[in-house]
Amino acid sequence: MKTLLDHNQLNITLMRLAHQLIENHLDFKETAIVGIQPRGIWLSDRIATMVKQITGQRIDYGKMDITFYRDDVHQGAVIVPNETDIRFSVEGRKVVLIDDVLFTGRTIRSAMDALLDFGRAQDVELMVLIDRRFSRELPIQPDYVGLTVDTVNTQKVKVYWKEKDERDEVVLIDQ
Amino acid sequence: MSLSVKHLLGIKELQPEDIETIFRTADNFKQVLQRPIKKVPTLRDTTIANIFFENSTRTRISFELAEKRLGADVVNFSASGSSVSKGETLIDTVNNILAMKVDMVVMRHSASGAPWFLANHIDASIVNAGDGINEHPTQALLDAYSIRERLGDVKGKRVAILGDIMHSRVALSNIFCLNKLGAEVTVAGPPTLIPKHIQDLGVRVEYNIKKALEWCDVANVLRIQLERQHKPLFSTLREYALYYGVNRDMLDSLQKNIVIMHPGPINRGVELNSDVADSKQSIILDQVENGVAIRMAVIYLLSGKGGEIAE
Repeated sequence: MKTLLDHNQLNITLMRLAHQLIENHLDFKETAIVGIQPRGIWLSDRIATMVKQITGQRIDYGKMDITFYRDDVHQGAVIVPNETDIRFSVEGRKVVLIDDVLFTGRTIRSAMDALLDFGRAQDVELMVLIDRRFSRELPIQPDYVGLTVDTVNTQKVKVYWKEKDERDEVVLIDQ
Repeated sequence: MSLSVKHLLGIKELQPEDIETIFRTADNFKQVLQRPIKKVPTLRDTTIANIFFENSTRTRISFELAEKRLGADVVNFSASGSSVSKGETLIDTVNNILAMKVDMVVMRHSASGAPWFLANHIDASIVNAGDGINEHPTQALLDAYSIRERLGDVKGKRVAILGDIMHSRVALSNIFCLNKLGAEVTVAGPPTLIPKHIQDLGVRVEYNIKKALEWCDVANVLRIQLERQHKPLFSTLREYALYYGVNRDMLDSLQKNIVIMHPGPINRGVELNSDVADSKQSIILDQVENGVAIRMAVIYLLSGKGGEIAE
């Protein structure tokens, strides 16, 4: 097991991601942030809070579950879905999708499918904390990246959040 | 698999945790049904056959809608006008349908136990949409779900099931479901329509409708099933309405606002008067709406093929 980001490094990374987002959007009236369930919401919670604090603006922030849009539901055991909570229209908005780790790209494909069912967004950006860049199975690239790591498929990247796991840390696990 | 069963044959086989899982999943589907696009692609590679050997409108439509909203391909079969009338057996009918590569069967049959018989002979998952006078599990689930939605919880609530208990699969499934979720149940109606020894299922029996209403938080009024009565069990419908029907005056005389349910179709003016069925106390249309979400949840949860899902 190797630590990729410790508590301090994670905080600095999150701060940078929030500032990049603000730099690109400035006015958040047209922008909405959507975290992907289950683990992406810990990152999106932090980013949404930081952006609110820095800009002082009200921001539309929702959480989306993509279970019903997965392409592997029938290959394995079904999973009980998490909550979806999007209380605003995404029609014509700039949507920033947020997830913790980008691996094969299949979750993001499902998320884009799910998002389309809430309306036609003007454009969609992707923010991830960790980009496992050589593991992609679909042509999906993030717009905002916390840390790019080169891994093999047998390795696992795990992100721990203080709110849920009692510590902030990103680790690489050899299986 | 998230459920402890491969088929949904009856509530009797389910664990309380299974029911909770179904409710949790239905919450998500209910949310899907409120979106502009009320459909998800979850079951796009699944084919489901609805085979109805007995008349049904709302259950069949509810299942069909649930399946289509999940993106499944749907085949409908009804016994009238089919080879069944030429003497084909149940197992032959179903095997023929399964030979067309069907993944799941939703079946209604007039013979109690028919879905169990089928489950022993075929591999596909089976959902019981009502078998004779035995069980109607999805109805019981949507009833309990509607109670939970209106009153916050099912546990500790007092539910009276009124009317034709003898011929009702809804009553039996409701008793199993409500007991498993910790509600108290009383059945009430004319003595000729209440089966002997029903107390052994953990319910109270009451022959006075007024007393049952005074006791309960929820009254689930059932239809008089004249088509299942081979000999008269009460003198006239008028007399039944007089002594066992639920009407406005009766509800107004209670010191509380109880919730009124009915699985439909209603014999208006017999077991339930229109001024009650269409009142704010009635959650009959909520039951219909919740039926689609519950059936989506059941079908979704039974559709897994075992094994692990990649993270």
